[in-house]
Amino acid sequence: MKVVLQNLTKKFPGRGKNKTDEVIAVNDFTFEIPDGKLIGLLGPSGCGKSTCLNLICGLLRPTSGKIYFGEDDVTDLPPESRGVGMVFQNYALYPHLTVKQNIMFPLENLKGDKKMTKQAMEAKALEAAKLVQIDMLMDRKPGELSGGQQQRVAIARALVKTPRVLLLDEPLSNLDARLRLQTREEIRRIQTETGVTTIFVTHDQEEAMSISDLIFVMKLGVLQQIGMPQDVYDDPVNLFVAKFLGTPPINVFAGRVKGQKLYIDDLPLIDVPGVKDQEVWAGIRPEGFILDEQGPLVCRFGAVEVMGRDISVVSYHDACQSPTVRSIIDADNHVLPLEGKVRFSVKPHKVHIFNKETEERIRF
Amino acid sequence: MDYKNNKAWLYLLPAIIFLGCFMVYPLIDVFVYSFEEGYNSASQTSFGLGGYNYSYVLHDPYFMQAVKNTFLLVVITVPLSTGLALLISVGLSSIDKLKNLFQTIYFLPYVTNTLAVGLVFMILFKKTPYSDGLMNALIKFFGGTAVDFIDGPYWAKMLVLCLYTIWIVMPFKILLLTSALASVREDYYNAAKVDGTSRWRTFYKITLPMISPTIFYLVITGFIGAFKVYSDAVALFGTNLNASEMNTIVGYIYDMLYGDSGGYPSYASAAAIILFVIVLTITCINMLVSEKHVHY
Amino acid sequence: MDKNVDYDKIRSSAAARRRTIRIITYILLAFWAVIVLFPFYWMVLTSVKSYSAYSSEYVPKLYTLNPTFQNYVDAFTAVNLSRYFLNTLIFTVITTAAMILVITLSAYAFARMEFRGKDTLFTFFLALMMIPNELVIITNFTTITNLGLRNTFTGLILPSITSVFYIYLLRENFLQVPDELYYAAKVDGTSDLKYLWKVMLPICKPTIITIIILKVIECWNSYVWPRLITDDANYFLVSNGIQEIRENGFGRENIPAMMAAVVAISIPLIVLFLIFRKKIMAGVSRGGIKG
Repeated sequence: MKVVLQNLTKKFPGRGKNKTDEVIAVNDFTFEIPDGKLIGLLGPSGCGKSTCLNLICGLLRPTSGKIYFGEDDVTDLPPESRGVGMVFQNYALYPHLTVKQNIMFPLENLKGDKKMTKQAMEAKALEAAKLVQIDMLMDRKPGELSGGQQQRVAIARALVKTPRVLLLDEPLSNLDARLRLQTREEIRRIQTETGVTTIFVTHDQEEAMSISDLIFVMKLGVLQQIGMPQDVYDDPVNLFVAKFLGTPPINVFAGRVKGQKLYIDDLPLIDVPGVKDQEVWAGIRPEGFILDEQGPLVCRFGAVEVMGRDISVVSYHDACQSPTVRSIIDADNHVLPLEGKVRFSVKPHKVHIFNKETEERIRF
Repeated sequence: MDYKNNKAWLYLLPAIIFLGCFMVYPLIDVFVYSFEEGYNSASQTSFGLGGYNYSYVLHDPYFMQAVKNTFLLVVITVPLSTGLALLISVGLSSIDKLKNLFQTIYFLPYVTNTLAVGLVFMILFKKTPYSDGLMNALIKFFGGTAVDFIDGPYWAKMLVLCLYTIWIVMPFKILLLTSALASVREDYYNAAKVDGTSRWRTFYKITLPMISPTIFYLVITGFIGAFKVYSDAVALFGTNLNASEMNTIVGYIYDMLYGDSGGYPSYASAAAIILFVIVLTITCINMLVSEKHVHY
Repeated sequence: MDKNVDYDKIRSSAAARRRTIRIITYILLAFWAVIVLFPFYWMVLTSVKSYSAYSSEYVPKLYTLNPTFQNYVDAFTAVNLSRYFLNTLIFTVITTAAMILVITLSAYAFARMEFRGKDTLFTFFLALMMIPNELVIITNFTTITNLGLRNTFTGLILPSITSVFYIYLLRENFLQVPDELYYAAKVDGTSDLKYLWKVMLPICKPTIITIIILKVIECWNSYVWPRLITDDANYFLVSNGIQEIRENGFGRENIPAMMAAVVAISIPLIVLFLIFRKKIMAGVSRGGIKG
């Protein structure tokens, strides 16, 4: 089932008496989510991504705009008529019901010709439980389960009605680091197996990039960029997206373009054909640095952090936005600082430049 | 270390003295009293030990009247007040506007003097030769016949006592239920909404189980409280409760101790212990039932 | 698409149902508010009706056009209402102050000090919470009578100076004060008493205030014990006073004057409640005693 948002806007009234200071949580969203894909809705906290999810789910009503599931206009429908399954951040499993009762709960709500017999419901519940591999825990209560197991129960409960769209709100935020890795693979597997269009919200870019077919990057209620994770990473539209994706984050320097060349220090860093002379932000991905004794970028040497496969060189540069410059270099290299300096050249495709005022990408 | 040890006891000394004199000693003494036959409070002598006091109390028609009144009161007011409080609390937590105002109003009976407001209830329900009182005016308006609720038939007096007791205990119940309802996480309701759960089913299947510990707490304290009703009755019917057939068990205890019919601490003690046993039994039954029904 | 027509119906009927439920909710809530407020309205109304006007209304009127304050004057002159007020005030202040002192010391000992038998003693204290007042009041009555303390403030006050429940409440709060503060104070050479006074009490002030308010309400409304221990009207508290007024006061039929007295003794607590609304409600819900 494809999901289409059309000029979707959600405003919340301001808290004070002054009605004008309203908050625009979702500002004029228009996009299409293709059928059967896993979508990551990504952004820092407070960017409106949960609001967006609640709009799709039907818990909130949009101020304006339309939502379509396939060809159906579902904008004004209550959640239950939309055919969505939702997994809440804290799972919202009913603590007084067993796993089985929790999974069967949505089925028991069905009315009219959709009403099911008890056996049919139990069979459905078991099927869903098998899918998420918790069929041996059916008679436990949520309090007796680990975080990861609770997460699976929540997914089973969301899937049992065979929803048209599955929504997950920060599905991994309550798990510890190891479980998070495991569970995100699990979510990917379940999504692939069922083929249900899935939208999940997260503030963790690594999480989003690792399992999504497409990611949607948001900032302050405004959609910034849509694309496949690698494409967005390699080709960010603005400084915000570039900075938000990638760990360690991109290194941003104050630079300038002169004669179609990019300068940070005195030596030209790369050629930027077709770009006018101006002040710019120059972003260099950590993996874009090459140790080079003659390199144009001269940094004060800080430290070397060994990470096994790679090493990370920490250095300082006055033009850098953040206090340290982080570069990741193959562990075969040996860092030999000269008079406390370390010099780099850069891989041109790992360097992005941005307009100093608008922070929009300048392509070359 | 020893020095510190002593100092702690010094800090505790006042509490221990007061509790010893006015809690522990009386607790032992009340059992002694209740078994001392023919105790004379003037000479402080008794004939000996035995169960006569209990037998006297249990055969005293005034006591049986008090037991009957108290049980009726308990059976009527506890379920009614708890149910009503639940209804009001659910209503209260579903609204936004005026919520604070309603909450404040509902709490008012808690901070009023039981005796004083009881007088107001009395004049509202009383029928005198000069006036029918407001309640009877209302009853007549709807085509009924006037009844004196204060000095009239038994059922009418019981009705007023129940009404007043409910009026008095509601603030506490509404307050606790409202905060219990507020503590149910919004997530659960959202999850239920996504699944298209009807209002009634959401309430019955989610809200009710989640607040069941509070409900049972209220039922238990409600039982205990209703068994000890006394000043409500005094406020409505005056201090001579035996005469108006409206005495309660606690009232009987005090009457035995002091007042026109007083001077019998042994009978009072026996009655107090009987009351204690009844309350303890009922509380235990409540606990057993709640074990089965209260979730988590 | 006929599917959409169906949805339209769902939507409008759901909205209509929501509206109906909302209206019913407000009606129910308003109805209960009226039931709660009406006795208050009635006592104020009756207290400003003149005696003759009140007596002449066979069917009581819901309002009055000629309010009078004569009844209030009567309430404070014809019977000794001011005496009852003063007694209650003295009783409340002394009881509350003494209780705060006693429970603070014990709560501190339980929360902060180490001594042999601490856990046993605390468990014993907790067990005392289960003991109903009715069980111990009989002996207390005899004790106070034998000590010759009937019709004295001492007799009134003594049994209500300690409360295990408040010790428990305060101890819980004391336990939340981090240990580091205590050790820091010890390093500076602060004595236990000074630490309690200068550090613990200020930090735990909200709880203390809650306890004070709850105790004041309890004192102001106490009826049973004062009734047993006083028969001299000079030592009556307001509850007993109002009962006395009812039975022997203005003559049984002067209801307006009686209501003036009722209003007068209700006002202090209502004012207290309106000022400390949040604190009182929070305190009661943390462990209300009135069932």
